[in-house]
Amino acid sequence: MFSVINLMVRRDILLAVRRPQDVMTSLFFFIIVVSLFPLGVSPEMEVLRSIGPGVIWVAALLATMLSLGRLFSDDYQDGTLEQLILSPQPLALVVLSKVAAHWLLTGLPLVILTPLLGLLLGLNGDEIQILTLTLLLGTPVLILIGSIGAALTLGVRGGGVLISLLILPLFVPVLIFGTGAVSSMNAGLGVEAHFSLLGAFLVLSLLLTPWASAAALKISME
Amino acid sequence: MASKQNEKKLNSWLKFSSTRNFYPLADKMIPWFMGLAIVLTLIGLYMTFFVVPPDYQQGNSYRIMYIHVPAAWMSMLIYLLMALYAGIYFVLNVKLADMMAGGLAITGAIFTVIALWTGSMWGKPTWGTWWVWDARLTSELLLLFLYLGYISLRAAIDDPNRAAKASGLLALVGVVNVPIIYFSVTWWNTLHQGASITTNKTSMATEMFITLLVMVFAFWMYTIAIVLMRVRNEIIERERDTSWLVEELGKEK
Repeated sequence: MFSVINLMVRRDILLAVRRPQDVMTSLFFFIIVVSLFPLGVSPEMEVLRSIGPGVIWVAALLATMLSLGRLFSDDYQDGTLEQLILSPQPLALVVLSKVAAHWLLTGLPLVILTPLLGLLLGLNGDEIQILTLTLLLGTPVLILIGSIGAALTLGVRGGGVLISLLILPLFVPVLIFGTGAVSSMNAGLGVEAHFSLLGAFLVLSLLLTPWASAAALKISME
Repeated sequence: MASKQNEKKLNSWLKFSSTRNFYPLADKMIPWFMGLAIVLTLIGLYMTFFVVPPDYQQGNSYRIMYIHVPAAWMSMLIYLLMALYAGIYFVLNVKLADMMAGGLAITGAIFTVIALWTGSMWGKPTWGTWWVWDARLTSELLLLFLYLGYISLRAAIDDPNRAAKASGLLALVGVVNVPIIYFSVTWWNTLHQGASITTNKTSMATEMFITLLVMVFAFWMYTIAIVLMRVRNEIIERERDTSWLVEELGKEK
């Protein structure tokens, strides 16, 4: 079981390393969206500080969504996906490894960049720490949920725009508790509840979404 | 003996799960449900405007509640019903269940829009604003997005079989998420302490309750009638090459 995951993750990372521009695009998108907010809203540090966590979360959400289109599409186009479905390994496991590789390539860099962007928006140390941790827990959930949408829209015309319509409403709980943690800490309420819930979302989506995505892939490949 | 009888009963019901047997049945049922819908709406509207007294706090503006509340209820119930049909489609692979789900989605989305629209028309005179980010309003808006996603996925896929399976899966994923979204939005609202609105739960007068009930039934009848009509159209479109349909359509002329 672990050899399958290991093999799939290494393959996907190797492919991405050979063509780094794909990964970099969504990363730069993340940075650019965040840096547009001071220009669009106000350069006042107080204003930026209050909207900062929300801005970073929404930007992370959009960047993730943008990159989801590539989760299965390359394999779909060159026929690898068909072979993966035909292989004796459980498809849910394959999906899980692809999601893991995708998170390492696009989710983790977002988390690593968050402290830097937090500084740009005037967040203080504690806030940055909490925000980064929520993104660490939240981004895998986004990719897991998003994998269902990516699988459903494979080869569908207008798939890129469609996936946002399918997936963004389902991202709402993660967004709420991700940004909620920071404001809750500032209000002196403690953040354990938010982290527990984000953790619960992660466990729940780890258990359920690979099956749903696998079913969706089979539907799309028929 | 009993099992054989049950089997017979089941078969006589399952008969209508084939489009061929369902089509004439739908044809017969539509006028009845549509007629009931029209009559009940007229009665309900009459009661709304002439029978129920104005509210002692909100005056006459509250009368829009008799459209708003049933529409909001229907918008949520229809989503569950749609997911149920999607589930039936997955388990029994009945094409008709998918057509029902597809027909329900459009009506559900329309009711969601009506609920949001009438809600904001009520909100302006009562709260002094068209929109607040209240938990209920926000979750209704998200429900609309879920409906739109479902409808656009169906529309984007040309092959009806793939569209049925893909949208069915989406409906099931959606229905698992609906309670999570609802509770997180509720919690988000209590955290933010925005404009907190409490609907004063005074006990409803009998005539108000009856009016509301009539309108709810009217909306139900309308939903059944219009969904049957959509399913009928869908059958005509998908089975236009079959001989029984040509025969059936010939009879109508």
